[in-house]
Amino acid sequence: MTQTLPTQPPHTPPRRHPASSGERRPAPARHRGLGGLATRIVLLAIVDALAVYGLLALAADRSWWMFGALLVGTVAVNAVYAGKRHVPAKYLAPGIALLLVYQVYVVLYTGVAAFTNYGDGHNSDKPDAVAAILAHSETRVPDSPVRPASVVARGDRVGLLVTQPDRSVRLGWAGHPLEPVEQPVYDAGGRAVAAPGWLALTYSQIAGRQKEISELRVPVTDDPNSGSLRTADGISAAAYRSTLVYDHDADTITDRAGGVVYRPTSDGVFAAPDGTRLSPGWKVFVGLDNFERILTDQDIRGPFLGVLVWTFVFAGVSVALPFGIGLVLATVLNGKRLGGHRIYRSLIVLPYAFPAFLAALVWQGMLNTDYGYVNVSLLDGAHVPWLTDPWLARLSVLAVNVWISFPYMFLICTGALQAIPAEVTEAARIDGAGRRQVLRHIKIPLLLTAVTPMLIAAFAFNFNNFNVIYMLTGGGPKDPDAPIEVGSTDLLISLVYKLAFGGSNRQYGMACAVSILIFVVVAAISVIGLRRSRAFEEQT
Amino acid sequence: MITWFVRVGWRHLVGVLAVLVAVFPLVFVISASLNPSGTLTGSNELFADTTGAHYRELFDDPLHPFGKWFVNSMAVGLATAIGSVFLGACAGYAFSRFRFRGRKAGLTTLLLVQMFPQLLAYVALFLLLSAFDDVFPAIGLGSRLGLVMIYLGGALGVNTYLMKGFFDTVPRDLDEAARIDGASHAQVFFRIVLPLVAPVLAVVALLSFVATLNDFVIASLVLNDPDKQTLAVGLYHFISYGVGRNWGVFAAGVLIAALPVLVLFQFLQRFIVGGLTAGAVKS
Repeated sequence: MTQTLPTQPPHTPPRRHPASSGERRPAPARHRGLGGLATRIVLLAIVDALAVYGLLALAADRSWWMFGALLVGTVAVNAVYAGKRHVPAKYLAPGIALLLVYQVYVVLYTGVAAFTNYGDGHNSDKPDAVAAILAHSETRVPDSPVRPASVVARGDRVGLLVTQPDRSVRLGWAGHPLEPVEQPVYDAGGRAVAAPGWLALTYSQIAGRQKEISELRVPVTDDPNSGSLRTADGISAAAYRSTLVYDHDADTITDRAGGVVYRPTSDGVFAAPDGTRLSPGWKVFVGLDNFERILTDQDIRGPFLGVLVWTFVFAGVSVALPFGIGLVLATVLNGKRLGGHRIYRSLIVLPYAFPAFLAALVWQGMLNTDYGYVNVSLLDGAHVPWLTDPWLARLSVLAVNVWISFPYMFLICTGALQAIPAEVTEAARIDGAGRRQVLRHIKIPLLLTAVTPMLIAAFAFNFNNFNVIYMLTGGGPKDPDAPIEVGSTDLLISLVYKLAFGGSNRQYGMACAVSILIFVVVAAISVIGLRRSRAFEEQT
Repeated sequence: MITWFVRVGWRHLVGVLAVLVAVFPLVFVISASLNPSGTLTGSNELFADTTGAHYRELFDDPLHPFGKWFVNSMAVGLATAIGSVFLGACAGYAFSRFRFRGRKAGLTTLLLVQMFPQLLAYVALFLLLSAFDDVFPAIGLGSRLGLVMIYLGGALGVNTYLMKGFFDTVPRDLDEAARIDGASHAQVFFRIVLPLVAPVLAVVALLSFVATLNDFVIASLVLNDPDKQTLAVGLYHFISYGVGRNWGVFAAGVLIAALPVLVLFQFLQRFIVGGLTAGAVKS
């Protein structure tokens, strides 16, 4: 089971460090290994070499943000490791570097994206949207001259080589406007067929890549209004121009034929006065719209609240029930008098050791309505719809998750019980407490304090237990009445997944907003729980 | 007899019951993997007949390269486990042994960051890796190394706090004695402190390995090519097309996939109980 690790610090009393101890005292430099120094130099050299390669690649790609980040990171790493100072930083730097890129950055990005309308139809910035709108509405320019052209390739990329009337030659490819070419190769008819680095495609190659070539659109200039060249036959190119025109200064798009003017709206699309919208739009900040829609939009609020309640129930039961079972098993099986308790333990931990995704997939087969083992063999041919009836599906995912989780709870309860010092229980016995009283008033309270942080971690883990749900039911059975795709066993996390990647209408901004809500809930519960268990106070 | 039952026997009864519940799905999988019928329906009679055919078929299906998935999962899991234990140990050591500016704030930040699972940020992860694709394809989309890097990015959040706790239980006098004898801080860390907590490190590595093996979302986000996929992604797609038809082959795959972890768990069992609850009831 992928239980997140318990984040519990051992409850050692905070140590007092005398001022003279630890790193403040200069260590005598008697036999500092030369090997250590050499290792350090070699590792630093490798890192710097990789960094230089990365910086060059980023500069060539004009990715200045990443260039800046890498440059700052490289300078920092060199500053930390080159000298003898900054000892703690030497231990922290590698982890922190990865943490900043793959955790902090993505969290911040998610936080920002939650306030945008990012998603299908709003995928990029405004210039890209203008270019796409104009490209979508291009038609052949009537009576425009057809120029000799040929299809050329460099690696996987195909381009169009166009011969102008004055025999000068220009080359461009998808997304890259036409540019003059030096030293082209002409055929007998005076048509350029190849350029340095670009090879002519043979007739059969053109036939093989016909679809790609017929969709090839080479912009004339960077200005989307300038139109494009396209080829229908592979030997000539014709000019295409949009029926729409974009006015830079006024920031409007006008229909050349009807004169309709489309203006940008605050939600990131060009719209006509009559409400007609041009697709695609672009990404804009929409403030709290996503959160507002989740909480107030009738279509979304209902399913969202249902999923929210179920997520709490699922996480709560997935902690409480296995913990109860684990506690009972631990108390019953703990004790040296019980012969074979080691064998019991080895066998009971099997579901914990069995990877959870495999367990879920196996149970999904065993609970199959028509062919599954549970119905066919255990229930003698019954047809109980374990995973396809809304309430039975909820019951089934809980049962399976209890099966996956109880050995972990059994293990931590066993560990905590064994760690209770014998003197404590003996003292209680001497004071006249019975076996049951010792258990109720001594052992269980001690055990609870010990395992609370792990229970909180287990709750947080199950709150986001995507695997069990996705592998067992896929969140289903689907709710046919809900306006968004959502099923009876969907947790918030699988709802996020469906919003972001499921179906035809991907809503990244909305998915990020739900992510933020999940984070707030989990963080609040964890902080409150850890506060109460005093783990926060003991971190020094 | 009755007194025996009241004192001990009922405990055995509970134990046997728990073992039955824990073990029976696994018995079903073993039986299904050996059952010649190979379908879900045919597998319902336990151990009716046995064959090794499914195990052979498992490694001979070019469309579903189970062998490659297995190797990928082991490689990604091992790299992540070793890397994250190392990063976590370094950070934990720094927080346990040194006093520096921002130490307390750093610990609190890590605790908070850890509450935001990477799972929640997969939209952002996807975009980040697409951006890397143009410049550093080695850690971009479709790369196993890229996947390991993502997992390692989460290492500090998960492990630092735990590791700091382990190092706190190692007396400082030990490293001070070594320092007086002229050992550098790196020598103290690698030669004295790390070996002392080695069993616990093994448990943390094992749990990190299992967590990596279990990850479906991020692995399926990054890896598209069937030859590069991990077991979680590959087996999920294998069984979700045509429920029950390839059940025997699937069951064989499940067993082989689970075997390394099952063996390691039995091997490290003694330390697992300790590792999970280290020092929990000391105060």
